Amino acid sequence: MSLPKDLLYSEEHEWVKKEGDKVRIGITDFAQSELGDIVFVELPEEGDDIEADEPFGSVESVKTVSELYAPISGKVVEINEDLEDSPEFVNESPYEKAWMIVVEPSNESEIDELLSDEQYQEFINED
Amino acid sequence: MSELKRTPLYPEYEKSGAKTIDFGGWDLPVQFSGIKHEHNVTRTKAGLFDVSHMGEIAIKGPKSLDFLQKVVTNDVSKLVPKRAQYTFMCYEDGGTVDDFLIYMLEENNYLLVVNAANTEKDYDWLIKQNNYNNDELIIEDVSKNYVQLALQGPKAEEILQTLTDTNLSEIKFFRFENPVYFSSLEAGAIVSRTGYTGEDGFEIYIDQHSGRDLWNLILQAGKDKGLEPIGLGARDTLRFEVNLPLYGQELSRDISPIEAGLKFAVKVNKPVDFIGKEALKKQIEEGTNRKLIGIEMIDKGIPRTGYEVYYNNEKIGYITSGTQSPSLQKNIGLALVNSEFTEEGTELVVQVRKRKLKAVVIKTPFYKK
Repeated sequence: MSLPKDLLYSEEHEWVKKEGDKVRIGITDFAQSELGDIVFVELPEEGDDIEADEPFGSVESVKTVSELYAPISGKVVEINEDLEDSPEFVNESPYEKAWMIVVEPSNESEIDELLSDEQYQEFINED
Repeated sequence: MSELKRTPLYPEYEKSGAKTIDFGGWDLPVQFSGIKHEHNVTRTKAGLFDVSHMGEIAIKGPKSLDFLQKVVTNDVSKLVPKRAQYTFMCYEDGGTVDDFLIYMLEENNYLLVVNAANTEKDYDWLIKQNNYNNDELIIEDVSKNYVQLALQGPKAEEILQTLTDTNLSEIKFFRFENPVYFSSLEAGAIVSRTGYTGEDGFEIYIDQHSGRDLWNLILQAGKDKGLEPIGLGARDTLRFEVNLPLYGQELSRDISPIEAGLKFAVKVNKPVDFIGKEALKKQIEEGTNRKLIGIEMIDKGIPRTGYEVYYNNEKIGYITSGTQSPSLQKNIGLALVNSEFTEEGTELVVQVRKRKLKAVVIKTPFYKK
């Protein structure tokens, strides 16, 4: 299972990548492998506000719907429109092609609370 | 929490890294390599399913036929040895106890193959209807004796034929051969040309102790023909695309076979009365208030079991099964709705979580060979 060192992680299996004053968000390799074939991704719209620990969208596999929980609060400034036609990117490339949204964080301290790759690995192992 | 039941094949799919889930109290593989892939393998080559969780109930004795005629909706007198029949067992009000296959093994000897989660309920129901003594009728839950495998897909016969001298091409649809011997296995098996995928193929019943060997024999025999083991996830999408009902979704205590559009296995004109006959006859003659229909999403979204369905702002029913069809790449569902809104082309609205999304009534089955 792939777990890049330069990313931060949430207990709801999202990854967060700091890019200047913005962050990019997606779901982890572990999450996609648990979910199986992703066939549909529902994302918020640009300009929407998202709130930490609240659902901001969903991913659907053949069998199930899973909510996406926001790892931090902020304003959505960009969404990955490719996922509309190519939801399989989530399985094939969870950290690159399948980034989901770019957010302007409204509370920087929430980022500090996210897990490092090692902490996230430990969290998965405990589960 | 009670421990999950396992079929004799559990060690085999554990070896192959399958993901298992709790399915009605059974620890069963939901997928081996991926649902979409497994689905397509079954449609284009062949798939092997462990369906040993299914229940088997033996009905024996000189009153077998009389008894079955009373408790099921199809006409069991039409069966001859080595033929199988699909039927319902209903309550007085037409609600469904279960849907299953009846195998006529020989005169006065039948095997019912019932839904796993319904096995106990069916057995209790059958016992309750039985007014005969032991010399006349024996009802026995023999589920534990059998491993049931399903080999499905266009290459099923070619693969299975390499393992047996029985001429499989002579087993026509809904017929079976018994006993069929495979390679060096001592136990004989029941092999029927039946299935739950819409593909050609077989269902095989063999002694529980021989199940693992047969599983491995078949996988080996099919290896270079593209055969793979298939989980419950693909079993569900395969049956859904060809509109085969799943008890608990398209049929239930509250959904009659007539509402579900399955009149073909309800023989109200058979020579004897059966439980539920009056209610079902009335439903056929007068029509039902609800009907099962197929829908395709117009807006982007996937209909799922339990989602509400609206016409304008009126709630008219709900989704019984839905997914993104792997064969058609469309978001489709089956819905049980008010019969006024079931004409093909009618535009409906499905409540997909917080959103109201447009859908249209389409023909079923969704997928045809």
